Amino acid sequence: MNAPAIELRGVRKSFGATEVIRGVDLAVAAGERHAVIGPNGAGKSTLFNLVSGLLAPSSGSILLKGDDVTGLPPQLINRRGLSRSFQVTNIFHRMSVWENVRCGLLWAGGQRYSFWRSVDNLSEINARTERVLADFNLLERRDVAAGVLTYAEQRALEIAITIAGGADVILLDEPTAGMSRHETDRAVELIRRISEGRTLIIVEHDMSVVFGLADRISVLVYGEIVASGTPQEIRNSARVKEAYLGQEAH
Amino acid sequence: MTDRVVNAVVGSASRGVPMSALARYGVWVVAAAVLAVLPFVFGSGLALTVMSLMGIAVIFSLSYNILLGQTGLLSFGHAVYYGFGGYLAVHAMKAIVANGLPVPLPVIPLVGGLAGLFFAALFGWVSTKRSGTAFAMISLGLAELIGSSALILRGFFGGEEGITADRTKLLRILDWSFGPQVQVYYLIAVWCLLCAILMYAVTRTPLGRMCNAVRDNPERVQFVGYDPRMVRFLAFCLSGLFAGVAGALAAINFEIANSALFGAVQSGTVLLATFMGGAGFFFGPVLGAVLVVYLQLMLSDLTGIWQLYFGLLFIAMVMFAPSGLAGLIMMHRPLWRARALHRMVPAYFVALVPLLVMLAGAALMIEMFHHLMVKAVEGPAMKFMYIPLHANAVGPWLVGLLMAGGGFLLFHRSFRVVAAAWNRTGVADAAGGRP
Repeated sequence: MNAPAIELRGVRKSFGATEVIRGVDLAVAAGERHAVIGPNGAGKSTLFNLVSGLLAPSSGSILLKGDDVTGLPPQLINRRGLSRSFQVTNIFHRMSVWENVRCGLLWAGGQRYSFWRSVDNLSEINARTERVLADFNLLERRDVAAGVLTYAEQRALEIAITIAGGADVILLDEPTAGMSRHETDRAVELIRRISEGRTLIIVEHDMSVVFGLADRISVLVYGEIVASGTPQEIRNSARVKEAYLGQEAH
Repeated sequence: MTDRVVNAVVGSASRGVPMSALARYGVWVVAAAVLAVLPFVFGSGLALTVMSLMGIAVIFSLSYNILLGQTGLLSFGHAVYYGFGGYLAVHAMKAIVANGLPVPLPVIPLVGGLAGLFFAALFGWVSTKRSGTAFAMISLGLAELIGSSALILRGFFGGEEGITADRTKLLRILDWSFGPQVQVYYLIAVWCLLCAILMYAVTRTPLGRMCNAVRDNPERVQFVGYDPRMVRFLAFCLSGLFAGVAGALAAINFEIANSALFGAVQSGTVLLATFMGGAGFFFGPVLGAVLVVYLQLMLSDLTGIWQLYFGLLFIAMVMFAPSGLAGLIMMHRPLWRARALHRMVPAYFVALVPLLVMLAGAALMIEMFHHLMVKAVEGPAMKFMYIPLHANAVGPWLVGLLMAGGGFLLFHRSFRVVAAAWNRTGVADAAGGRP
């Protein structure tokens, strides 16, 4: 059997005396769309920061496609095929939309730190940039500085940069936060399309997005996964209801 | 409006479509032609010296902008690499002359460049681990360290008096001795053009693009596979390389390398030039370097307190035109494209007249004050713009006050005229006006 796309084994993370992630075990199979839900402050973003290398876990290990990536810096994890988006839009503000997306696929396109090739002549990379922009309906805005896009456009660009490099494991941190109903519907459609044939892990507060998109759902409460299962199982789980209603577990 | 302006600014450079050969190389061909013709237009010894210094400053400022404008690194010690370029160039010239090696002068800047590259790699390996304030402080500390070492380690740096070399004693090609300033000018012009082309080319490479990305958002860079530290380090090395070339040309021009090359003044001037020219645009530092060299040489002829005016100009730029001269120019590009630029001329003229009156009034009072404070022994008689006057008389002070105050009021009111004219062009809306 293939190794899971992402596997967390006993992952813990403390900030000073506060333990934010308290022993998480999680396996996401290749090709699965997995949602992580939970109340505010449960540690969802911290979990993403651990998996993507922004933070190193205090203990435990993280495996990407069977390889141990615990404690590697973000760029090395990214080069192994994991890419993430951010909850707070995290783009290159002064660069054009076109440049933003192209930055997302230069390394994946094998360009490394080259300073002897003109980017204008990288026809394969430029063609792919154009395709990604077209996918995200951003072609008309290609020469606009990213900082002056509308909020929804910036969110779309955020995801476009994330998937541009062709990573096969995608982490999306609240991709529809702050969007209108209509924009959310379009974003879900987009996410469904771009996660085709890849592994997707998504943190999301909007339950219609979660239940509409995910194959499996994990519920994170106070740094622990209290339930993991299909949307149907999670919907019916007593523990999840307790967690969300804030009642005592026993 | 911001939208449109920014759009226009990032516009053409970011298109993936390859430009036509004319659009791509035309500007360099024009630049080469201008550089070649300049000595025939401005042939005096002074003009040649000024233009030579401008060429050196252009390379130095462009190299500095690889850090400031393109990678977002504020350095207070860029003169270190300029200085090493200069010293190694002089040492190389001396060694070549002493050993009778068949090396012509025009390749000496390459030695300076390699020296700049070497020391940038050495020091940059440490300093580029950080960005922001920490990087700026490290650069300042390193500059102080090297600056003091230059006075202490006499063997290599030659102490106070520095080290000298004769540029005319190297192998001659086409019988050019590089004795006359015009030959040195052409040497500098060729290197200046070459360096500018190379530095521009680097901005259009994957590394150049990632430099901008690191400037905008180093965190995100990591998540597209790049190590921001490595990007900063490579940018730093390239910057040091070109600074070294500039330093070597300065050493050739003056036939001396001394500790002043490493000085804080040198590091500060390149920052001012780059900023005033406009760090956000590739050609900004070119304008800044030309302006600063011109002001340094011309203003110092006109007044003893030229640094004051220079400082005031810098403050005014920071406050009212933070994107520099290049920013002011690029702001007008949409008008140019819409062929509406000429419609701004009357409004700008309306604003310019009171501005000049205001500046003249202020300068008059500053000069009279300076005269009374510093040159009291010479008595109150002085000249301002060739007009004889007495610095302690009431009349000139009233005139100065009236010109400065009245000029300011009228200048302030002219903003409306400018804004209205800008609106009438229909290219961009109200927020335009004056910067």
